[in-house]
Amino acid sequence: MKMTGAQIVWESLLKEEVEVVFGFPGGAIIPIYDTLPEYPQMRHVLVRHEQGAAHAADGYARATGKVGVCMATSGPGATNLVTGITNAYLDSVPMVAITAQVARSVIGTDAFQEVDTTGITLPITKHNYLVLDTASLARVLKESFHLARTGRPGPVLVDIPRDVLAEATEYSYPEEVNLPGYKPVLEGHAAQVKRAAKMINEAERPLILAGRGVAIAGAHRELRELAEAGEIPVVTTLLGIGSFPESHDLSFGMPGMHGAAYANLAVDGADLIIAVGMRFDDRLTGRLSGFAPRAKVIHIDIDPAEIGKNVRVDVPIVGDARQVLGAVVKQILPRGHSEWLKQLGQWRDEHPLSVRECGGLLPQYVIRQIYEATGGGAIVVTGVGQHQMWAAQHCCYDRPNSLISSGGLGTMGFGLPASVGVKVGCPDDVVWCIDGDGSFQMTMQELGTIAQEKLGVKIAIINNGYLGMVRQWQGLFYERRYVATPLSGPDFVQIAAAYGIPGLRVTRREGVVPAIERALGEDGPFLIDFVVEPEEDVYPMVPPGAALAEVIEEPVRGEVAV
Amino acid sequence: MAVARHTLVALVEDRPGVLNRMVSLFRRRGFNIESIAVGSSEVPHLSRMTIVVNGSAATIEQVRKQTDKIVSVIKISDITDEDTVTRELALIKVKATPATRSEVIQIVDIFRANIVDASPDSLVIEVTGDEDKVNSLLKMLRPFGIKELHRTGRMAMTRGGPGVAAAKEPSKRRTGSGGKS
Repeated sequence: MKMTGAQIVWESLLKEEVEVVFGFPGGAIIPIYDTLPEYPQMRHVLVRHEQGAAHAADGYARATGKVGVCMATSGPGATNLVTGITNAYLDSVPMVAITAQVARSVIGTDAFQEVDTTGITLPITKHNYLVLDTASLARVLKESFHLARTGRPGPVLVDIPRDVLAEATEYSYPEEVNLPGYKPVLEGHAAQVKRAAKMINEAERPLILAGRGVAIAGAHRELRELAEAGEIPVVTTLLGIGSFPESHDLSFGMPGMHGAAYANLAVDGADLIIAVGMRFDDRLTGRLSGFAPRAKVIHIDIDPAEIGKNVRVDVPIVGDARQVLGAVVKQILPRGHSEWLKQLGQWRDEHPLSVRECGGLLPQYVIRQIYEATGGGAIVVTGVGQHQMWAAQHCCYDRPNSLISSGGLGTMGFGLPASVGVKVGCPDDVVWCIDGDGSFQMTMQELGTIAQEKLGVKIAIINNGYLGMVRQWQGLFYERRYVATPLSGPDFVQIAAAYGIPGLRVTRREGVVPAIERALGEDGPFLIDFVVEPEEDVYPMVPPGAALAEVIEEPVRGEVAV
Repeated sequence: MAVARHTLVALVEDRPGVLNRMVSLFRRRGFNIESIAVGSSEVPHLSRMTIVVNGSAATIEQVRKQTDKIVSVIKISDITDEDTVTRELALIKVKATPATRSEVIQIVDIFRANIVDASPDSLVIEVTGDEDKVNSLLKMLRPFGIKELHRTGRMAMTRGGPGVAAAKEPSKRRTGSGGKS
């Protein structure tokens, strides 16, 4: 059947079972949009800035496990996607980004809104394509979705010149992909699995360190089986939160720069680390030479390049987390680690994650109340900064993908547009966007998207009038020289009102719970501006360059307080 | 860890931008590449590449694994420790006046190199061999004055056996860390 390039795009998306596309039109991409009415089953969410399209596709993908799709025009449309694509790349999020390009005849002439999109996105995509032959478009899209969702997922970009979109060609969607240079290994090497199981069976103080790869592989059940079979405690990375129920007796939270002290002490004390679907990011490990000094390391990951990259590994296993854990758990001998668990329990009792006594409104208190009010049933989406760390620390996440946050890239402004995608993907879930006043102001135009699409996202702004995480570092390491971190904001409640979104401002403890109840009572979106203590810092903290065991639990009050 | 010179051979798709993908990877990850030689292979639409890179064993392992992740790279192997034939070609334009020409020709003969162009004041010499041979010839020619030099960089091939691309890579089997993601 003959079809135009634009039709082939939509046909291919339907073949890939795409339900929604987040995008923003422009000159070169009009042919795609012009064809959209022919596909009424396809939902298009119009964002207010292309960065929002990429973050929304990212949030959608994390929450649903499906490939997120975003779309933008050539030139500035494509460059505006870049931050969002990078964010997805760093956090291994399956995404297909479709950009239009100027016509083939003018590529390379600095034509209006021309930019070398594939050149720019080369280091931030798993793979990318410039489609110069209309006949190859269907194959390219087929490959893109395959690459995005298999192996270690990631964003794939397809750049399509406008005349390719307009040109008609014979269309048939390929059934299979042929990528000789791409063969992810799923099954763990049997001998390595055996070695790992032996090491686990012999360990006195084993610790599972679970990352986002567990959620990606859908390996929660296998992870839990392993933990329970061998009575092995579990800690998770920031992005691994929820891959093991945090209310479980064997859960010991998140280690790292702002992890719980007891989680850091667990890593420090362990004699075996079983790392699954994670990549030993520096925010997690602290100083590498002081990381898990007593432990041997088993590293299970689907990306062979992550194994041995940062941390020396004793047993590497390349494979899909679900398959490998399933194979390992079969060889685990039931045994207890009561001494080790007693030690961990003692550390947790001695170093709890607490909220200090304070007459004012503390951000940690606000976040705990949001958690309490939703009974842990909400999906929490965050921006980046102090509020993000408090959201990670002070809620108890029992479900996979119930905390959605920008990890590797640390992208301020991620929260609001990501929550657009999360709510679109999970309309029946309660979605809380917990954001900072700085992070929120980076992408708050997406309130327009929320209003237009009538998305019932609940927004909690943790408003301290500072770029708080940077201010905290200035306070701790730059003698309190608060340069360019005091931040004036607009009246967020009025901003929301201007978009037709109801809201409330809360300045006192007493107002917190009623405001949250009010937000949850609304069908549609609701915004709460929590005006919190301006100079509250995130603790515990492992200072940069320190080992995890050198975690500082609390500031010496008076030194950093006002 | 000891820094050493490694030779990697890659089989890659012959498509626009593939070299760019590889070079961009080396740059952004800080890999210190000494030379890259690219040309067609025995398989249609596939090119073979020889990459000479300096680094510790861990760095080279990262070079190999990260390069292997590029979708357009079919296969990459470190053949440093294998029995290989290595060659490089150099074109050398050297000053040669009537007074010095015969001496230059003698040197060229000793090295079994070829004179591929002659002009009143210079000769263009083509030499093929391993790097030592090319370096030795250059050392001998330098006193006459080298006007232009172009080296291809190393090309390498394992001796005998099934060939690098077709063979299973032994190191991957050993560590169980093979495959792509």
